[in-house]
Amino acid sequence: MVLASLPIEHLGESMAGKSSRAEMLQGTLDMLILRTLVLGPAHGHTIARNIEQTSEDVLVVEQGSLYPALHRLEHRGWLSSSWGPSENNRKAKFYKLTPAGKKQLVAETSRWRQMAAAIGRVMGEAEE
Amino acid sequence: MPFRRFSKRKAEDAELASELQAHLDCEVEENIARGMPEDEARRRARVKLGNQTRVREEVWEGNSLAWLEGIRRDLLYAARTLARTPGFSMTAILVMALGIGATTALFTVVHSVLLKPLPFPHVDQLVSLREADAHGNVRDRAVAGGNYRDWQRGSHSFTSMALLVNYGQYNLSGAAGALPERIDAQVATASVFPTLGVKPYLGRFFNASDDRSGANGTVVITWGFWKRRFSGSPSAIGSTLWLDAKPYTVIGVLPEWFHYPDAKTQLWTPLVQQMPPEMMQSHGAHNFWVLARLKPGVTEAAATAELSAIQAGIRKRFPDGPISDAVSSRPLLDEAVHQYKPALFTLLAATGCLLLIACLNVANLLVARSAARRRELAIRMALGGTRLLLIREQASESLVICALGGLLGLGLAYLALLAFAETHLDIPRADSIHIDLPVFLVAVGVTLLCGLIAGLIPAIGSQDHQVVRVLQESARSSGGQARVRLRRALLALEVGLTVVLLIGAGLLLKSYQQLRSVNLGCTTQNVLTMDLNLPDGKYQQPAQTVNFYEQLLDRVRRLPGVRAAALTTDLPGRGGEDDAFTIQEHPPLPKGDWLDADVRWVDPDYFATLKIPLVRGRTFLPNERLERRHYVIVNQALVRQYFPHEDPIGKHIIDENNDDYVSGGKLIRPRTPTGNEIIGVVGDTRDSVNGPMAATAYYPIFGGIQSSASLAVRTQGDPNQLALPIQKQIAQLDPTLPVANLMTMDEMIGQSTQQSAFNAFLLLAYAVLSLLLAAVGLYGVLAYLATQRTGEIGIRIALGAQREQVMRMMLVDGLRPALAGLLCGLAGGVAAAQLIRSMLYGTRPFDPAVFAAVTAVLLAVSAAACSVPAWRASRLDPMEALRTE
Repeated sequence: MVLASLPIEHLGESMAGKSSRAEMLQGTLDMLILRTLVLGPAHGHTIARNIEQTSEDVLVVEQGSLYPALHRLEHRGWLSSSWGPSENNRKAKFYKLTPAGKKQLVAETSRWRQMAAAIGRVMGEAEE
Repeated sequence: MPFRRFSKRKAEDAELASELQAHLDCEVEENIARGMPEDEARRRARVKLGNQTRVREEVWEGNSLAWLEGIRRDLLYAARTLARTPGFSMTAILVMALGIGATTALFTVVHSVLLKPLPFPHVDQLVSLREADAHGNVRDRAVAGGNYRDWQRGSHSFTSMALLVNYGQYNLSGAAGALPERIDAQVATASVFPTLGVKPYLGRFFNASDDRSGANGTVVITWGFWKRRFSGSPSAIGSTLWLDAKPYTVIGVLPEWFHYPDAKTQLWTPLVQQMPPEMMQSHGAHNFWVLARLKPGVTEAAATAELSAIQAGIRKRFPDGPISDAVSSRPLLDEAVHQYKPALFTLLAATGCLLLIACLNVANLLVARSAARRRELAIRMALGGTRLLLIREQASESLVICALGGLLGLGLAYLALLAFAETHLDIPRADSIHIDLPVFLVAVGVTLLCGLIAGLIPAIGSQDHQVVRVLQESARSSGGQARVRLRRALLALEVGLTVVLLIGAGLLLKSYQQLRSVNLGCTTQNVLTMDLNLPDGKYQQPAQTVNFYEQLLDRVRRLPGVRAAALTTDLPGRGGEDDAFTIQEHPPLPKGDWLDADVRWVDPDYFATLKIPLVRGRTFLPNERLERRHYVIVNQALVRQYFPHEDPIGKHIIDENNDDYVSGGKLIRPRTPTGNEIIGVVGDTRDSVNGPMAATAYYPIFGGIQSSASLAVRTQGDPNQLALPIQKQIAQLDPTLPVANLMTMDEMIGQSTQQSAFNAFLLLAYAVLSLLLAAVGLYGVLAYLATQRTGEIGIRIALGAQREQVMRMMLVDGLRPALAGLLCGLAGGVAAAQLIRSMLYGTRPFDPAVFAAVTAVLLAVSAAACSVPAWRASRLDPMEALRTE
């Protein structure tokens, strides 16, 4: 059931791709954004950079997916936003995790763990 | 939620744009920090970030509602298309505005006056009861006090009943210095307010001890009167009002919303206390009406049947005299408004016709437009536009027209209603006429419906699914025949409706003309009239009353410019009472039968003053007054009816009803039971402008038993010049006596024909408007036809056709739908005329003059409308025409 909702072919492509930088999946991106914001409020650029750096540049966040995703999450009530000065004193829109967002992160994390384990088991069997 | 996102998407887009810019700036700074030159830093940043517009579009779409977006696009597109042809659009919008405005205004009136329930709890249980005759010939006869008593005792269908009468007006004389006033009042038994289910705003209502003979005077006042006269002070309760020179204690104030039975009524006094005890016992003195509340579960019919049985029993006990033998009832609302129903519903139907014509006209114009855009639509369909999409687009065009028209129409309706409310205060519940939510919703509904009708007729009538044929069609081929047929049908319908309206207007106008030119039977030129009402409290003896009358006439006649002056209880054209009588010299009538005639009280000079001819005998002598008042003058109608082959002079009329009488709700003293000698015969007059010349008996007003009278003064020049001098004379005689209804006879007649004038002119305005619309429609269709046949006409002329022939051909083509419409309209007009029969006066429903005039007008207007394009077609230059491809 859960498996069906994951676009496996993308996953496969990114893992099998020549570039080590993978494209982001929608469901995954939402989760990663939520996870990043656990560390504290951040604006779009920081979020992208953070995901890229933490994944050691394996994952690359396209602006084209990031901002619609942020927008979506905000409308679902998982994020709240406000304008404020960035680290180099520019105006930037900061996103913050809402309590609902935290709950969602917990749910998604456990879902992801199940998923990763399941895929791992499948792949492990296949290799053997 | 989605709607909020939808409405805020512009703001969100702007925010996203600046957010993206901030992101870009960060990236550039980082690149510079890595040591890139600024240009390169900027370029790399852009490349990395990709297409910003794409991001914004994605978010924008996420925020949009697809269907709403579609409608918005359709409406915008329609608005732009319409803006491209402002002349057409303005015409169409104005036409719809007039149609919707008129419909909304009329519906508001109908809704407020006829449909909205009266504001009483369980109003469906409230009925009005009147006496009737068992054969069904008479209904709505006034109720006698004794009958009310018996109904109350004998019936089991009602929770409560009240006896009421419109009292007319009290003279209210204020405390020292305050102006005397005439105040409209209702008189009712104490049960009236509990029956209606009303609670006092202040104080209390009547109780049984207030409402009995000999009790002290008490009065309940309306909220408006309380505000005006007592500035809304609670100390009003317990204070004294002087009504007709008698003291009344104010005991209660009605709530603010209480405007029953009309907005004029300001006072209520208890009926039994006001009326003489004999009147409450009489079964033959018909003076009142009864308001009753049905017990839950009892039907009006069952209750009426029960009362009819009681009344039939009363009749058996009293076989003599004018006593009814049945009862009729109406729902309470009907009691107030039933006489306005036919006129209002006729006007509403006419307005509906106008609206339909407006719709058809707009549809017709749209058909013409879509014909011009035939190719465009075919191409779009070939490119994949669905039929539904194209229909939706056309319908939205007409919706835009109707919506704008509706908005404008609502404004027009508002203005029209302001004017209506000011001029029609006499209509009951006129105060409640305003545009409220139900009316607004109806207006919106009507607007949408019009939009759909006007939009869907052309859209559905089109045959654009034959895309290939349309695209192959050359301009000269006979394509578009279906459209022409559709337009002709629409036009015939339009003309037909116009003819119906014209006939209705013609008939009403003729009725109005008949009413205005009606001969009242007396002179109306240079006659000034005013009403006086001598309060019983001050004029207790007949001699006092007569003394006042004589002094007044004497003083007025001596004023310069006065030709003659007279007093009467009721002027011609102003209604009045009738009474039962028998003729002494005739063989006795069967038990329970009686004769009936109008009765008036006049002074000796009345007939000379109003130029009513004295046919035979003589008028009253100055000494035929007070105790010597047993004389009567009759009119020719009475002689024709009751003395067909004999000389009435010297015969005696006996009042058959020996009870006390009430005139306008006011007690008058008993009439003599001995006969009154007929001394003269005068010419006939009318009670009302639309009434017959009724049999009338005139008694001497100097008998002193009539305390209210109208003064009629015939003057040399402008009668209005004498209004002030006469009022001064009255004030010198009695400074506390107010004067009412000061106007000339001509003004009075104008007032009584006002309603019929209003109906006739409104309908005429509709008819003219729809005639204009039909003419525009005819012109449009023929002009379109002519353009379409340019090539054909060019060939005909080139081949030698005479210009007259071409013109005749085109004319016939255009007049055909007009003729078809005319025939349908004449048939419809005959039906409509039957429906408005009750509003006609002196005019037959099938009036040949009106029908002929309508036919002539319609033919002339359609010929004129068709002749312009026909003439233009006949002037075509063949070379030019053939080159037009």
